Amino acid sequence: MNEGGGIRWILSMAWRDSRGSRRRLLLFVSAMVLGVAALVAINSFGDNLRRAVDEEARTLLGADLSLEADAAFPPEVEALIDSLGGRQSRRISFASMAYFPRVEGLRLVTVRAHEGEYPYYGAIETDPPEAAKTYLDGPNALVDRTLMRQFGVQVGDSVRIGRRSYRIAGQLLKTPREADAAMLFSPRIYIPLAGLDSTLLSRGSRADYEVYFKFDDGRDVEVLGENLRPRLRKMDIGVDTIGEVRDNWDEGLTNLYRFLSLVGFMALLLGSVGVASAVHVYVRQRVETVAVLRCFGARAWPTFGVYLVQAVSMGLLGALAGSLLGLGVQLLIPRLLADFLPVDVAFSVSWGAVALGVGIGLGVTVLFALLPLIGVRKISPLRALRSAFEPEHPERRDPLRWGLYGLLAGGITLLAVVQAPRPLVGVGYAVGLAVVFGLLAAVAKLIMLLARKYLPSSWPYVWRQGMVNLYRPNNQTLILMLALGLGAFLIMTLFLVQQTLIRQVEVSGGEGRPNLVFFDIQPDQLDGVTGIVREKGLPVIDQVPIVTMRIAAIKGRTIEELRADSTARVSWAHTREYRSTYRDHLTEAETLLEGDFVGVMPENEDVVPVSVERDIARDLGVALGDTVVFDVQGVPVTTRIASVREVDWRRLQTNFFFTFPTGMLEKAPQFNVVLTRAPDDDASGAVQAAVVNAFPNVSAVDLSLILNVFDEIFGRIAYVVRFMALFSILTGLIVLVGAVVVSRFQRIEETVLLKTLGASRRQVLRIIAVEYLFLGLFATLTGLSLAVLGSWALAFFVFETPLVAPPAALLLSLLVVTGLTLLIGLLNSRGVYDRPALEVLRAEA
Amino acid sequence: MAKVLEVEDLTKTYPSAGRALTVLREVTFTLGDGDTCAVVGPSGSGKTTLLGLCAGLDSPTAGRVRLCGVDLGPLDEDARAGVRNRYVGFVFQSFRLIPTLTALENVMVPAELRGDRGARGHAENLLEQVGLGDRLSHYPAQLSGGEKQRVALARAFINRPRILFADEPTGNLDAETGERIIRLLFDLNDSAGTTLVLVTHDLELAARTGRILRLRGGAVQSDERLRPEPAAMEKEARA
Repeated sequence: MNEGGGIRWILSMAWRDSRGSRRRLLLFVSAMVLGVAALVAINSFGDNLRRAVDEEARTLLGADLSLEADAAFPPEVEALIDSLGGRQSRRISFASMAYFPRVEGLRLVTVRAHEGEYPYYGAIETDPPEAAKTYLDGPNALVDRTLMRQFGVQVGDSVRIGRRSYRIAGQLLKTPREADAAMLFSPRIYIPLAGLDSTLLSRGSRADYEVYFKFDDGRDVEVLGENLRPRLRKMDIGVDTIGEVRDNWDEGLTNLYRFLSLVGFMALLLGSVGVASAVHVYVRQRVETVAVLRCFGARAWPTFGVYLVQAVSMGLLGALAGSLLGLGVQLLIPRLLADFLPVDVAFSVSWGAVALGVGIGLGVTVLFALLPLIGVRKISPLRALRSAFEPEHPERRDPLRWGLYGLLAGGITLLAVVQAPRPLVGVGYAVGLAVVFGLLAAVAKLIMLLARKYLPSSWPYVWRQGMVNLYRPNNQTLILMLALGLGAFLIMTLFLVQQTLIRQVEVSGGEGRPNLVFFDIQPDQLDGVTGIVREKGLPVIDQVPIVTMRIAAIKGRTIEELRADSTARVSWAHTREYRSTYRDHLTEAETLLEGDFVGVMPENEDVVPVSVERDIARDLGVALGDTVVFDVQGVPVTTRIASVREVDWRRLQTNFFFTFPTGMLEKAPQFNVVLTRAPDDDASGAVQAAVVNAFPNVSAVDLSLILNVFDEIFGRIAYVVRFMALFSILTGLIVLVGAVVVSRFQRIEETVLLKTLGASRRQVLRIIAVEYLFLGLFATLTGLSLAVLGSWALAFFVFETPLVAPPAALLLSLLVVTGLTLLIGLLNSRGVYDRPALEVLRAEA
Repeated sequence: MAKVLEVEDLTKTYPSAGRALTVLREVTFTLGDGDTCAVVGPSGSGKTTLLGLCAGLDSPTAGRVRLCGVDLGPLDEDARAGVRNRYVGFVFQSFRLIPTLTALENVMVPAELRGDRGARGHAENLLEQVGLGDRLSHYPAQLSGGEKQRVALARAFINRPRILFADEPTGNLDAETGERIIRLLFDLNDSAGTTLVLVTHDLELAARTGRILRLRGGAVQSDERLRPEPAAMEKEARA
């Protein structure tokens, strides 16, 4: 016998007590549903994605093994390639201008010149399909579909790459190793390697040389790759195997979906705040029932158990409903992320993700519901005798409450860490969330305080009554501030950052600054190119010689020695190819930080005084006076760090990690860059066409192209983020509806009292309208202010650029969210006035 | 005669606006089995506070309460709940029925809390006794004030309490309904032999009990015995 409430009693009381409130309880829990749905959808999709990547790994590489270098393979590597045997295909990729004569269109593209049967796994998808095989048979090209649409060219038209014309045999739809988004940066054109204009691969031009292998003898390619890597790394030749490619994609995609799940997690948290608030009100409405139960002998924990059982049941229902919805949403995600995925992802239910969603949904609901629920233990039976009886701050003294706060903070941080790409990101996310929640809550408290203390008594009655509603018992100020404020904060932060970045790129090409760059100009072509530019009436703002080189040794130790030393940190900065220039002055974008900038090579000195950019100096671990030996295309050149510069990389101009003094590199193999400014797109197009016609190896980039690409990429990312933010906004709206419904019961009593005292329908509605107007206004204003603050911090500290905050957009969002709040508030309050006064007054008695 | 309620120097003080407010001071009285007692006094005289302390709903600042021989002082809230469940019944002015429970379920609550497997049968019998046999599955909102208080009476008696505390049981009822409820209360009390503590403003009603305790300013102003206690009457009858 369980005197004072056993399990049976708890269960039957929980069921009976929920009568008449079940619909309301379901509404509270529905705030959790979207958050759980987002988590389940994304995690389940993530599992499917990983499986797809595992299954399709071979098609990601298109072969068993590949070798890749940024210069033609040296003879000893060619010998090695021969000795490896198997079936082989070659590919050379480089940036070049593509010219479409019929439409006179010109665009910088990535050309991939193929030879052989690559891909061995998967396929190049084209329209028409047979073009994927036949384009290698003659001077044919496959052109990226987006590019063809952009220029309005069709299959059968021609495209010129260098001095050769190719017939467009088909549109490129999908290719191994490349996500669609990559095409936006630089559209692809596939051509046969045979017959390639060799001037496009002249010295100094950048090109990737690849060889793909397919082995039919069943050899262990992963082991082969492991053996080849150390040998070939010394020659800067990359080795890829299926395992390697799979691991890389796995890592990248895991980070992507984990980031998305953090957004879902935020919706879940928002929902749980709604649940906590609703349960808080629910418990308040149950105080008398609990007091009566306590009077008749119910012990504290079983009474608490009654409401815990209700919370767990609702949490379970919400989590299950959320999981089901999540599986539905999962169907949408592949479409949403199609541009960023290398493989097609088939739909299948990931039970692990469903279990995780149900677990997290249930856990978070119960955790958040517990905060108001533990108060049930402390309800005095005396409340049955005196409903006004209030114990002296029992809640603050309850150690369990503090334990729960700790559990909540720990639980949320743990969940964030589990969902984040890296633990530190998770902790940062949890802290950031706490700061935003804390600020929103603080503003809510401040508003309540201000409304209480400084409400002008001269205001009309309905305005004062509406404002008073902001701080009176059972107010919704805090919950709406969190729900609406967080939603507005998320969406507007994203928008402002986008605007700021776009503006930054626009400014970089502002008045007087270059907006068109020609590169890969050979020394003997320089006069010709500048001549054409001037002939077209455009200024030659700058012409810069560029010499490619690599670091051979730093502070007396060769890169090989550094690599062999496990304590030395060898990064990409040590092994990359450097494109350096020589000149006798600093540019506008450069600031001297340390040392002396030496413009002219001093006579009778062997060591060249160079200037290094601050960040790369830090990566390389070099400081003033240190020596760096460069391998300038076979010739070792010993340099000493004479100065350190800061470079403003945002300018569209040539910036360098290392600059050399004049009088040293003039004889080295080099190419040039010419910068000009075209007043409009036509002038830009005309000069590009003239230059590329005369010098096919020369490429051009103009700012508008960068802006377009940037806009497109950001647009697609923003689309994904907005989709995720939608969960948060919808959750916010559900929480709003929940909050309004919760207060509706109290509203009815008050409205009836007001009605009895003579208030008209119009007055009652205006009071409600004033309350929601201010709630929406304050919440959105706070969210927007935080968004402006957050975006400013991002702009200032991360992007180092002034914030762009269009007032019209801010105003519009303010109007929309406030209007929506007002509308929902009024819609939910309809009918409140129509309740018969006697019915309510009698119930009161 | 077995002592059911022993109250000794009971004092209750609340902190109020930075100073101590004594709402009950040094109240002492004892009730035996089957005794009936009315606590009367003006508003704020400490009637409800006294009832709350006697029933173990609150703890005194000083003094002692023994309920059916159990000293409530050292007990925690859960242990006091256990004592209430075993020995105490309540009737409130505003009925205090649980709105989500039917009449039958409301009556069953104390018995179910005790783990009584026959709760349903007992509750049905009691509801029949109070004339609500046809209202078992009605919710409080579907009952009149008098019917609600009858359900409350049935609930109060389901655990066969040794003592019943009734706080203004007719306060929310019209005179006719109130009279019927009081008759029912006394009938049930008589047949169960329960000790009754009745808090009321109504002196006529108070006069129907065996003893009137008048409170004023938190202290006992008078303790008037109107008729012999049942135990004394038993003695007289035997003599």
